[in-house]
Amino acid sequence: MAHAATHDHHDEHHGAPSNFFTRWFMSTNHKDIGTLYLVFSLLMFFVGGSFAMVIRAELFKPGMQLVQPYFFNEMTTMHALVMIFGAIMPAFVGLGNWMIPLMVGAPDMALPRMNNLSFWILPFAFALMLSTLFMQGGGPAGGWTMYPPLSLQSDSVAYVVFAIHLMGISSIMGAINIIATILNMRAPGMDLLKMPVFVWSWLITAFLLIAVMPVLAGAVTMLLTDKYFGTSFFNAAGGGDPVLYQHVFWFFGHPEVYIMILPAFGIISEIVPTFSRKPIFGYKAMVFAIAAIAFLSFIVWAHHMFAVGLPLGAEIFFMYATMLISVPTGIKVFNWVSTMWGGSLTFETPMLFAIAFIILFTIGGFSGLMLALVPADFQYHDTYFVVAHFHYVLVTGAAFAIMAATYYWLPKWTGNMYSEFWGKVHFWCSVVFVNVLFFPQHFLGLAGMPRRIPDYNVAFADFNMISSIGGFLFGASQLIFLGVVVHCAFFSRKKAADRVWEGARGLEWTVPSPAPHHTFALPPVIHDDELAHGHVDD
Amino acid sequence: MTSGGIRIKAWAAAACALFSGAVWANPQPGQLNMTRGVTEWSPEPYFLNNVALGVCTVIGVLVFGAMFIAMFRFRKSRGAVAEKWSHNTMLEVVWTTIPVIILIVLAWMSTGGLVSFADTTGSQMTVKVTGYQWKWRYDYVDYQGKSIGGVGFMSKLDDQSNETRQLDSGLDPKSVKIGDENTYLLNVDKPLVVPVDTKIRFVITAGDVIHSWWVPALGWKIDAIPGIVNAAWTNIKVPGTYRGQCAELCGQDHGFMPIVVKAVSKAEFAQWLAQQEAAGKAPPATPATPAAPAPASTAAAASASITAAPTAKTPGKQG
Repeated sequence: MAHAATHDHHDEHHGAPSNFFTRWFMSTNHKDIGTLYLVFSLLMFFVGGSFAMVIRAELFKPGMQLVQPYFFNEMTTMHALVMIFGAIMPAFVGLGNWMIPLMVGAPDMALPRMNNLSFWILPFAFALMLSTLFMQGGGPAGGWTMYPPLSLQSDSVAYVVFAIHLMGISSIMGAINIIATILNMRAPGMDLLKMPVFVWSWLITAFLLIAVMPVLAGAVTMLLTDKYFGTSFFNAAGGGDPVLYQHVFWFFGHPEVYIMILPAFGIISEIVPTFSRKPIFGYKAMVFAIAAIAFLSFIVWAHHMFAVGLPLGAEIFFMYATMLISVPTGIKVFNWVSTMWGGSLTFETPMLFAIAFIILFTIGGFSGLMLALVPADFQYHDTYFVVAHFHYVLVTGAAFAIMAATYYWLPKWTGNMYSEFWGKVHFWCSVVFVNVLFFPQHFLGLAGMPRRIPDYNVAFADFNMISSIGGFLFGASQLIFLGVVVHCAFFSRKKAADRVWEGARGLEWTVPSPAPHHTFALPPVIHDDELAHGHVDD
Repeated sequence: MTSGGIRIKAWAAAACALFSGAVWANPQPGQLNMTRGVTEWSPEPYFLNNVALGVCTVIGVLVFGAMFIAMFRFRKSRGAVAEKWSHNTMLEVVWTTIPVIILIVLAWMSTGGLVSFADTTGSQMTVKVTGYQWKWRYDYVDYQGKSIGGVGFMSKLDDQSNETRQLDSGLDPKSVKIGDENTYLLNVDKPLVVPVDTKIRFVITAGDVIHSWWVPALGWKIDAIPGIVNAAWTNIKVPGTYRGQCAELCGQDHGFMPIVVKAVSKAEFAQWLAQQEAAGKAPPATPATPAAPAPASTAAAASASITAAPTAKTPGKQG
């Protein structure tokens, strides 16, 4: 029995190191490293969010009121880099670190010392990158995509490229660790097709990471040599091609956007069945859909480049391939709805975030389908329509899934229940204000407002003001989230049960709450009906 | 701001669209949808946008409707007991097939539009557009089979917008107007003048970093990339002044790089072109002082310059 194996394990000499430095700086424990990742990503979420507040404050009304245009560009660039590489990705790695060993019945990650290194690279990488804001010449201001020749005009190329190399190394090591853990460390009887969908989603994401992070490293290294060593990869005057950079970048960049959403699919596929008290509908279809999306993500990169003047054949191919992605994505949405259909639903905070995810991510998917249509994309491209689109998939998609996961597993991590009341307050504030923030941006884009501009014609004033108000309130709402998490971790007196949620199934709910420092010293025995998706017998 | 207010403004914008293409072509307060545009091709993206939006709305209503029904009917608080099923092959085949059919229809529509956009042959006029940080240069290459010499100029943000947009200028963006139209950040010192009912080929490139040339009323944008010449075409049907902006992040003044296209009748254009050619050919009339600024065009200067070599690279005059 899984219970017996872990309940016997409360003896103190196997517990966490009592020395703070030893425990948190030298840790090889997947749970502690997972916590470090999550705390780091929460910190970066607020840093990146504060940059967004500067952007929305400047755009509050027409005319320049607060910052110089160059600083505005630094803010848009840093906001994106920090949110992508500092908040969303480390949060998913943190969740993977915490939950994957618990979900597959492994005692720890396969490569625990590398795990420590892959976390501790990150604070240094971000310190390096953020420090450029205080340097003479300023930080990167050419957008997170760093298109040359513009990005080469910046003085901070070397710092940013080095920081990106470090982040890439960290991501690749993290991904190797996750693949090794999932393929080698599963408890006996935990077949691949019995794994929770979250584990599947991370397995596939990890392969994407290993495939594309070196591509990014190559692209930014070429930037570096163009800037400092006189090469001309992207310099037309020297025989290079600025569009080459875009092809290489987006060959990384498009899978990257799926790196930021596939684990979210996994999270939602855990939460919806739990609060529907019904196994996930079409488990194999869900796994297959994730794999199909991952495959397609490699052959659609040029849909970010419809306006660079691609040949007709290329535009048509990338349009069709991009449109195809909506099929597996649609299957996932239909399956989540079918999981709820005929269930016995309750609406705790994680479920509320999961439902908001399904609706709002689907809206982001709709605008994605519209963007795929090349003639229409000639109008949408690089406008606020795109800004609205990717914030719907990244904020109400990835970030909401991370919040859902935090509420879902927080009792397992801390042993305490969070405040359901304040969790719901956080949810309702977030879901209302995020729409006030991003929905009007669709209209701005359709009316012709380009993205990344610090000031605009007065015709765009009303929607920008609404959007900014939504932005400030959405930002403020996240302080509630911080409060709920801190309260739950340190002050809550309501103890969590082992199986925190009535409908929760899967190995992570068979260990005590909080999850002991070491789990599954003896491999658990797998009972099919204890798994998240029940028997898979078709 | 109430939704009623937005709706009234949208109606006002729609009414403008009916009575004057020129006004509708530029952004309106509270505008909710893309412009239909004023060219032969611009209805393509507009209709695709509307069709795709309609398809998405219908799918959204069905899927979210099913979700809300599920959330209402299958609440535990209403005594719902979870069922056991977790598979239905028939259903899965249906909800894979129907989206595929919808996609095929959308793909067919988009492909037609794209093929017609890609066809830049048979143009009656060529304009070369070059992006610089942070202004546009326009060179007129040929018109109705005749090459044009020496007509080219820089086009940058107008002075009134430029003063107003300075940090803490204390000037009100709302007061930057031409007639009734607010032109803050959407006006230039020298617009691109083109004839209507003419297939115009644009060849677009850049001198320093990547820019993107975008006038929403024309229905497309295309990147201006150093070392690469992109081509696109337009055939404007309605005379008017159409405003747009650079759409690719190009440095600190990216937001202050507007584009204005003034579409006039063919007769007016011919007159304008003749004036510009005369002005453009004026400098060689005084070869002893080539550095001297181009004098204002006079009939004498124009006639004197006919035999002089055109200096295509010298901007005629920058007002």
